[in-house]
Amino acid sequence: MLPSLRIPSPRSLLRLFCASRVRTAATNTLVADSGSARTVAHHRFASAARGCVKRKPQTRALFGKWSGIVALGCLFVLIAMPGRAWAIERFPPPDFTDHQLPETTTPSPDWLGWEYLDLGFLFVALVLATYLALVRRSRRGLFMLTVVSLAWLGFWRNGCICPIGAIQNVTLAAAEPAYVIPFSVVAIFVLPLLFALFFGRTFCAAVCPLGAVQELVAIRPMKIPAWIDQSLGLLPYVYLGGAVMYAATGTTFIICNYDPFVGFFRLSASASMLIFGACFLVMGLFVGRPYCRYLCPYGALLGLCSKISKRHVRIPPGECIQCRLCEDVCPYGAIQGPTAVPTARERVQGRRRLAFVLLMFPIFIAAGAWIGHAMGVPFSRLHPRAALAERIRLEETGQVEGTIDASDAFRNTGQPARELYAEAKALHERFATAGAWFGGWVGLVFGAKLIQLSIHRRRTEYQPDKANCVSCGRCFWYCPVEQLRLGWIQTLPEVPSTARS
Amino acid sequence: MAESQSNPTVDRRTFVVDGLRVVGAIGLAGFGGFLAGRRGASGEMVWQIDPSKCIACGNCATHCVLDESAVKCVHSFPMCGYCELCTGYFEPNPIALNTGAENQLCPTGAIQRQLIEEPYHEYTIEESLCIGCGKCVKGCSAFGNGSLYLQVRHDRCKNCNECQIAVACPSAAFVRVPASQPYLLKHKRVNG
Repeated sequence: MLPSLRIPSPRSLLRLFCASRVRTAATNTLVADSGSARTVAHHRFASAARGCVKRKPQTRALFGKWSGIVALGCLFVLIAMPGRAWAIERFPPPDFTDHQLPETTTPSPDWLGWEYLDLGFLFVALVLATYLALVRRSRRGLFMLTVVSLAWLGFWRNGCICPIGAIQNVTLAAAEPAYVIPFSVVAIFVLPLLFALFFGRTFCAAVCPLGAVQELVAIRPMKIPAWIDQSLGLLPYVYLGGAVMYAATGTTFIICNYDPFVGFFRLSASASMLIFGACFLVMGLFVGRPYCRYLCPYGALLGLCSKISKRHVRIPPGECIQCRLCEDVCPYGAIQGPTAVPTARERVQGRRRLAFVLLMFPIFIAAGAWIGHAMGVPFSRLHPRAALAERIRLEETGQVEGTIDASDAFRNTGQPARELYAEAKALHERFATAGAWFGGWVGLVFGAKLIQLSIHRRRTEYQPDKANCVSCGRCFWYCPVEQLRLGWIQTLPEVPSTARS
Repeated sequence: MAESQSNPTVDRRTFVVDGLRVVGAIGLAGFGGFLAGRRGASGEMVWQIDPSKCIACGNCATHCVLDESAVKCVHSFPMCGYCELCTGYFEPNPIALNTGAENQLCPTGAIQRQLIEEPYHEYTIEESLCIGCGKCVKGCSAFGNGSLYLQVRHDRCKNCNECQIAVACPSAAFVRVPASQPYLLKHKRVNG
């Protein structure tokens, strides 16, 4: 930019750009190299020609006589702080005598009461869902509430902010003193967890709009083999760890960036978001609630709380007749059947396995932490400052051609590159620490899963798995014992012995 | 239930689970209360563009989750020079200084040009046409007074928890501001 500016004099610049629109080779160079020079000169010419400012004669004289010098001076100002200028008063605003300046309009955000109304809705819906699942035991009621929640929280309120995303706000608020978190967001995060601690995942059953969408499309769910179900079931915990890591470092809210259904709620989203969501919807036809089971990080938290819940959905109100209808009808593979009594040999084997896994447990955590620590640099790439530092480094060392908006914007700030590099280095270290925690968490999740699989729990009847059950109510709705209680049938059906496991 | 009460091992288990639940509930409530008390605010936070950081790159027009971006150009009239040759309105080499579409920088013709008194012209944004591309902002801040700038319009903004434009913003110009003061307006500077 600079060399081409020094060649022509201000006068010649004016002539060049204002006199003709024919682009010679010389003008082309200038168009390419210093578009700014051209237009400034042009603008000055216009100002000078119209006798610029009526009520300030000194300024007019300056502009009229020395327009070229002023233009050049302006250029240096431009070069010193291009693009970043808050405002430069290059043209003094006129003082109108009989013209009222229009006001800049500032339409206000949504009525602030909405967030509290949403909170109220959430609370009422949670109470209602709990009542319908545990007291009324009404699948129909739960289904209707699901539709209402989808309409309100999903389509009407556009699915933002939801408790799933609130994980990140809460994490950021805990890690970053400067971040201010609204009360309502804290409440939205805490309420469903508290309910899960006492009553199971009633939030998932009929309140969560993301769950509701999948609940409605689960038309032909098939049984997922246990090993796939158990392995994929670890993903939400990993996702939770990643989301917490990126939120705590103030990088980005990955849960929101990969929210599958918010695009449908708004009926407007980027193509990638819509494709991602559509994949989940299509998958949801054949696999019950794929997002809830295999990705939702809040579902992982709710599952942990629900595991120790006081009152959870029970299937038969009386004695189980082992008809297995509940297991058959559950689209989410959350029904656990009675277990066989282990033989003495199995018992010894099981104990050995458990001892081995318990021994390995700290090793898993340490290995995870070590790998996570080593991944500090790749993890940090999602952080805009670290990514910018990398880009600037590549540009400075000539490994990439050209610049991008972000690197231009950085250069315009005038901050030296080494400060950015130092910042990036600090980020790498921060992410090495965060990565160690994240890796340790993944190791812990993996180890805990192995321990859980190695512990033999005796069960005599069909019961929902408290962690995975979303209290949708299908199991007791189909249970003959329940139907007898409701008076829909008069006698319990005879269960053929072949149906039993 | 009766069976479980007669079984002492289940009772121990119940005791542990009950204890965990109480600890969990107190912990959750305490954590929530701590956050709300220390860092909380009664009002919501909304997204806004810091005009001093904005480089008018054009991402606002393309990255908003809405088809028609929530970001629009606004005009600080007291800062405007009311230039006849407005570099926010005219494209760099205009054929004539009139309202012909071929002379305009704005791709949607959203800026209205009106003569107030010779040679001063007023430029107003027709917001329903503005797509927030920032072309005029770039022209005005580079060669004019910088009175045209981009702002998130809160009658349109969905206030996503993670603003997609903020993710794509190359100059970190998107900031969260209290909903009670949702705009970062440019004002005429006193004493230049």
